[in-house]
Amino acid sequence: MSTIGKVTGIIANLVIVETQDRVAQNEICFIKHDDTRLMAEVIKIMGSKVYVQVFESTRGLKVGSEVEFAGHMLEVTLGPGLLSKNFDGLQNDLDKMTGVFLKRGEYTEPLENDKEYEFEPIAKAGDTVVAGDWLGEAKENWIGHKIMVPFVFTGKYTVKSVTEKGSYKINDTMAVLTDKDGKEHKVTMVQKWPVKVPIRAYTEKPRPFKVLETGVRVFDTLNPIAEGGTGFIPGPFGSGKTVLQHALSKQAEADLVIIAACGERANEVVEIFTEFPELDDPRTGRKLMERTTIIANTSNMPVAAREASVYTAMTIAEYYRSMGLKVLLLADSTSRWAQALREMSNRMEELPGPDGFPMDLPAIISNFYSRAGFVFLNNSETGSITFIGTVSPAGGNLKEPVTESTKKTARCFYALSQQRADSKRYPAIDPIESYSKYLEYPEIVEYLNKQNGENWTKNVLFVKDALLRSKEVYEQINILGDDGVPLDYHITYWKGEVVDFVISQQDAFDKIDQRSEFKRQRYMLEKVVDVLKMDFKFDSFEEVNPYFKNLINQFKQMNYSEFESEEFQNNEKELEVIIQERKVA
Amino acid sequence: MEKDTKAFQRIYTKLFQLTKATVSLHATGIGNEELAIVDGRLAQVVKIMEDVVTLQVFAGTEGIANDAEVIFTGKAPTLKVGEGLAGRFFNAYGEPIDGGEIMGEEIEIGGPSVNPVRRKQPSEFIATGIAGIDLNNALVTGQKIPFFADPDQPFNQVMANVALRAEADKIILGGVGLSNDDYLYFKSVFDEAGALDRIVGFINTTENPPVERLLVPDMALSAAEYFAVEKGEKVLVLLTDLTLYADALSIVSNRMDQIPSKDSMPGSLYSDLARLYEKAVQFPDGGSITIIAVTTLSSGDITHAIPDNTGYITEGQLFLRKDSDIGKVIVDPFRSLSRLKQLVIGKKTREDHPQVMNAAVRLYADAANSKTKLENGFDLTDYDERTLEFARAYSEKLLAIDVNVEVEAMLDTAYELFSKHFSPVEVGLKQEFVDKYWKK
Ligand SMILES: Nc1ncnc2c1ncn2[C@@H]1O[C@H](COP(=O)(O)OP(=O)(O)OP(=O)(O)O)[C@@H](O)[C@H]1O
Ligand SMILES: [Mg+2]
Repeated sequence: MSTIGKVTGIIANLVIVETQDRVAQNEICFIKHDDTRLMAEVIKIMGSKVYVQVFESTRGLKVGSEVEFAGHMLEVTLGPGLLSKNFDGLQNDLDKMTGVFLKRGEYTEPLENDKEYEFEPIAKAGDTVVAGDWLGEAKENWIGHKIMVPFVFTGKYTVKSVTEKGSYKINDTMAVLTDKDGKEHKVTMVQKWPVKVPIRAYTEKPRPFKVLETGVRVFDTLNPIAEGGTGFIPGPFGSGKTVLQHALSKQAEADLVIIAACGERANEVVEIFTEFPELDDPRTGRKLMERTTIIANTSNMPVAAREASVYTAMTIAEYYRSMGLKVLLLADSTSRWAQALREMSNRMEELPGPDGFPMDLPAIISNFYSRAGFVFLNNSETGSITFIGTVSPAGGNLKEPVTESTKKTARCFYALSQQRADSKRYPAIDPIESYSKYLEYPEIVEYLNKQNGENWTKNVLFVKDALLRSKEVYEQINILGDDGVPLDYHITYWKGEVVDFVISQQDAFDKIDQRSEFKRQRYMLEKVVDVLKMDFKFDSFEEVNPYFKNLINQFKQMNYSEFESEEFQNNEKELEVIIQERKVA
Repeated sequence: MEKDTKAFQRIYTKLFQLTKATVSLHATGIGNEELAIVDGRLAQVVKIMEDVVTLQVFAGTEGIANDAEVIFTGKAPTLKVGEGLAGRFFNAYGEPIDGGEIMGEEIEIGGPSVNPVRRKQPSEFIATGIAGIDLNNALVTGQKIPFFADPDQPFNQVMANVALRAEADKIILGGVGLSNDDYLYFKSVFDEAGALDRIVGFINTTENPPVERLLVPDMALSAAEYFAVEKGEKVLVLLTDLTLYADALSIVSNRMDQIPSKDSMPGSLYSDLARLYEKAVQFPDGGSITIIAVTTLSSGDITHAIPDNTGYITEGQLFLRKDSDIGKVIVDPFRSLSRLKQLVIGKKTREDHPQVMNAAVRLYADAANSKTKLENGFDLTDYDERTLEFARAYSEKLLAIDVNVEVEAMLDTAYELFSKHFSPVEVGLKQEFVDKYWKK
């Protein structure tokens, strides 16, 4: 018998329900309204008064409406078919919804119940298994989608049987397991899991020791993010957070990408819907959409579901990580999620923390980030979730609760600067403020040097230093004037500009320049370092500016041409000519 | 105390609590967000606790007595939509202010959002003739973009020009705290252009109660949805001034004792504004809603919560600025941005458009540096001097809001200015464009 209650109060999407029976914190319930059922989540229980946040508009709702509690928390459905889907924050399949407008109370199946998947067994009768162990594999696009012992299973089980190779539907029985009491349990291709609880089906979560190649130079060369690492991108509006995340989602060397569009623009999601099915994934030769899942709770969709959306995305990411895959999870923007928490906390008249955000915001954020990571699975395979969130600080001021809380927990900081965005230096990541803590991990440094040559890290630090020195002399030049400083200052300034234009800046909208693999980044880094180490001869400071502009322009031609192509080599030859004009032997 | 009149209508006459904006009474069977008439004034249910119903009275509660009549209507705010809307002007409640009834279907305003998978990516260029917009910040149907402007700038004039040149099937004007003069201005401009039959106006002027303004954008956008969805039309919605809308929101939340967040604005400001702006949409069958709004700034401060939240929602913003060098208002190329421009420039316009746009803005930025140098008393190089000359001409011939030409002409003008002041290397365009378009 499920618990029944009655609506006694309504303030926007906060509804108070009276019940005498058993309810649990975070339990899901449905409020009957006319002929629809509105989904809601319990957020506070005070005696017989249960406070629920409704995931839909409460327009027209009346006191006295009946409420039915579901007996479980907000869950997602996990199984083959999640890839390429467009879900809302509660995992409704948006493509299955009827009509142009979203109808409240319309909930759709996340997966295809009638679709058949090619299945192959992995485990065999007699094996001892625990939650998360692989029983078999279904073909989902190009991924071998592991059918696992459901995560809710506790303790050890013995495999009684695994269904033989063939085509099956997701609700067919794929294995039968026997528990220690001899009871049999059927396992299908689908399972459910509550989104707010991390999936812990792994043996170990080591410190990340590999780098995730993103194809974006400010990441890979200057501030690399580890595979299984965390990073965040704060920036004022229009500074390029979304463009950068889209670039990462297209270029990064991940097996699959999960994008949580959290309280942002619908047109940006449409851009993904439109472009990804057309764009090639260079890694697989298939379409990008085949490795992508979108969780869309755009800013005009119900606010309460916004909070759910990031958890839904994280849970799907954890599910695929348990299959031994490299998952990239992107959330844009985590500030909208924090704001949803704030709205609800204010409605509940809780004591507010800084800027009206809930007091436990830092804990909520760090718990969420901690679900990312690199893991060793039970069978010693590895999987990872690399998580990068954007933050939209009020007024662009980084001294605000969401940025500060995130900074404490995320290991990479990619600060977008208004000034750089205004001068169209994209991606507008401030090369000096930003950092990757992973560059301080010896295992990461070792990994990078092994992959990109022993001088790699040394070169990286060298160009970073050039940026810093360039900035310093630039300030001097501004104070003292062009002719008030030694000629050398101009050269130092422009050498930093070379790094900025050739490495930091990257055209996200150019077919070639948008993606730069490590091999190419190494080549260009070495080339830039060579130039930085050269002495140049000028008679007056007035010659410096046009010379370096020309030099940078030629470097950019290289960035715009296909790596190692004839065009690339010709551009490089021309660059050599320019260098020789002024180089002191 | 309760008597049932027409179906759904219930009447009460005992208010036990009155504040500046709200009244509370005991009532049952009332729906959330339902409309009521309190002492002849329109009000809406904002809170229900057991049998206590709190209503927000749009026109304020001044003079309402505790025995005032409250009639519940049994429905949320609505608008009658039909072809007859065209050419008409309405108040915030959707009642014609020019007399006469409207025939049509009654729909709830502030309805649900479009399923994102039913949208189409915007791709249709909107030509406005203003180079500061078309060349540097091209607009696209289905886009939402505000003017960020100081209150004394001619944003309403620019907006009216844009609306008339945009080739929209319908122009819907949402006047939010519009001055009566500006209201009459819009009317006369549209009239002179012979466009009145394409206009629908929902007008709240400064003479009307501020809280009533909260209804105007929803009215305008519901009408827009009617024309875009039912008729497949290209609809342009003008909302001026949404800063006054946000101010009205803060009045209400303040009177409801909600915890204010930054700049005394309600914590839900982002969601409240996004709900409006996200009505901008391109449908696959050609219907579209484009929103051009105005956000007035106080002393140019864009970090204030209203422009800040707006910037996070819209697809760019257009800044107007008085250029004292030429004595004209220009569209500031640095702070202005149309985020959807890359969907059309160089695709729907000439191939070299993006490069020309970037090159000109870069040179204009160089000029700004030269200017700083000059102001700091440093010597200028020959290049510096040339950038300054270029900037002046660029401002005059392209950025000024009184420019009205086709995109091709804008590009040609840009080349003229480039070749007059710089060498091709200094401008840094792709060689093929130099060969093709550079003025020898
Ligand atoms: N790498 C880039 N290359 C070229 N243009 C860029 C780049 N990054 C950003 N832009 C420009 O800046 C605009 C805004 O970028 P974006 O939408 O990513 O900003 P945002 O930080 O996500 O802003 P918001 O917080 O409002 O969502 C883009 O539409 C584009 O015109
Ligand atoms: Mg964004």
